[in-house]
Amino acid sequence: MDAFLEMVREYGPDFFWGTVLTIQLVVISALLGAAMAIPLALARMSRNLPLYWISSAYSIFFRGTPLLVQFFLIYYGLGQFAFIRTSFLWPFLREAYVCAIITLTLNTAAYSSEVIRGGILSVPRGEIEAARATGMSAFTAYRLVILPRAFSLILPAYSNEIIILLKGTSLASTITLLELMGASQLAASATYQPIQVFALAGIIYYCLTMAITSLFHWLERRYNRYMTLAR
Amino acid sequence: MEDLVAYLPLLIQGLRLTLLLAVSTMLLGLVLGMLLALAKLSRHGWLARSAFVFTNFMRGIPEFLVLLMIYFGGTQVLDTALGPGVVNVSPWIAGLTALTLVFAAYASETIRGAYQSVPKGQIEAARAYGFSAWQAFRIVQLPQIWRLALPGIGNLWQGSLKDTALVSIVGLDDLMRKANQAAQTTRAPFTFYMAAALIFLVLTLLSMAIFTRLEKRASKSDRRT
Repeated sequence: MDAFLEMVREYGPDFFWGTVLTIQLVVISALLGAAMAIPLALARMSRNLPLYWISSAYSIFFRGTPLLVQFFLIYYGLGQFAFIRTSFLWPFLREAYVCAIITLTLNTAAYSSEVIRGGILSVPRGEIEAARATGMSAFTAYRLVILPRAFSLILPAYSNEIIILLKGTSLASTITLLELMGASQLAASATYQPIQVFALAGIIYYCLTMAITSLFHWLERRYNRYMTLAR
Repeated sequence: MEDLVAYLPLLIQGLRLTLLLAVSTMLLGLVLGMLLALAKLSRHGWLARSAFVFTNFMRGIPEFLVLLMIYFGGTQVLDTALGPGVVNVSPWIAGLTALTLVFAAYASETIRGAYQSVPKGQIEAARAYGFSAWQAFRIVQLPQIWRLALPGIGNLWQGSLKDTALVSIVGLDDLMRKANQAAQTTRAPFTFYMAAALIFLVLTLLSMAIFTRLEKRASKSDRRT
């Protein structure tokens, strides 16, 4: 137990900043991913064939291949092309942090778009017809009726996606980022006490998972308030 | 492109190990998952509680962390027990153990859910017809658990197939590590990571097709009525 406290004292700051970076990766990728997922979900339901094919291929590729390969493709792979190395974006694309955000965003967008599509499809038809019948344009109906309804329907499934995203951020350590996983790998090899170090990391990850779960429970209660009030 | 042709045999070699690991993980994971599900349903509170704590924790932490904990932590335990460097945890054992534990944690929830959705009345009916408890389980319950759990197991299989890529980090010569080696020697990382990605994609599509067929077969009883 003393050794454990000693470890916490010595590597506490590393763990703290690693956790901060992990949370940062989750929040930024989740927001960017959600912004990408909505148009993707609409494209997946579109009758425009090219749009449908491109969005389906995107979604199948990112859901059917390991996240680790995606990290390596973007961090190590992009540099293979001369036109990328000479472009003005290269100073950014060389950064592990930027690559991690890009990879996690593209990945979570693919998964979330499926969840959002499911949510939109489960909005009762009558509500959409009612919205159109009151004279709303398709866009207004989406903005005011369909998407907010879909949002409250998908919250439980979406919370799982965010937990998967949290676990996915641990792979950012393989492209040199010192987030929680990277920081604990360093501490493990420095202290020769991998079990204690990884157990601590596991507890922190578990707490983050619990935090995400309770955040979504709170959101669910808030957005579905009208249901409990009606009773 | 020439590089790709030259290194294809190497990738195929890695692919075999990847598939072997994924299949072993699923088989062991199903057995352990079944045991965990039984533990959760057991009448002994402490057994059920510890099974729940284990699966909740496993599902709340990254698979990568589980792998490193077993790989490096296992070595730490063996070193203190037997002296440094006597026995090491091989990447294969660490990978198989980690992936199996993760698979079992998720599978136990799928199996428990399936078990609980088989109506109790059917078991009573089977027992009333003179089936032994084991016969009732094997002939009445198990086929239905299988049918209900199959879609979930299909998803878990796809997940652990993709998770096998992680073992390349602890040095197991799977598809991913072979792609790494080829990428480094030829300096064409995009080509080889894309090749690995496409192989994984083909495997995913194949497994989806297989599981759809299995699901159709397992739910024959639904269509007849």
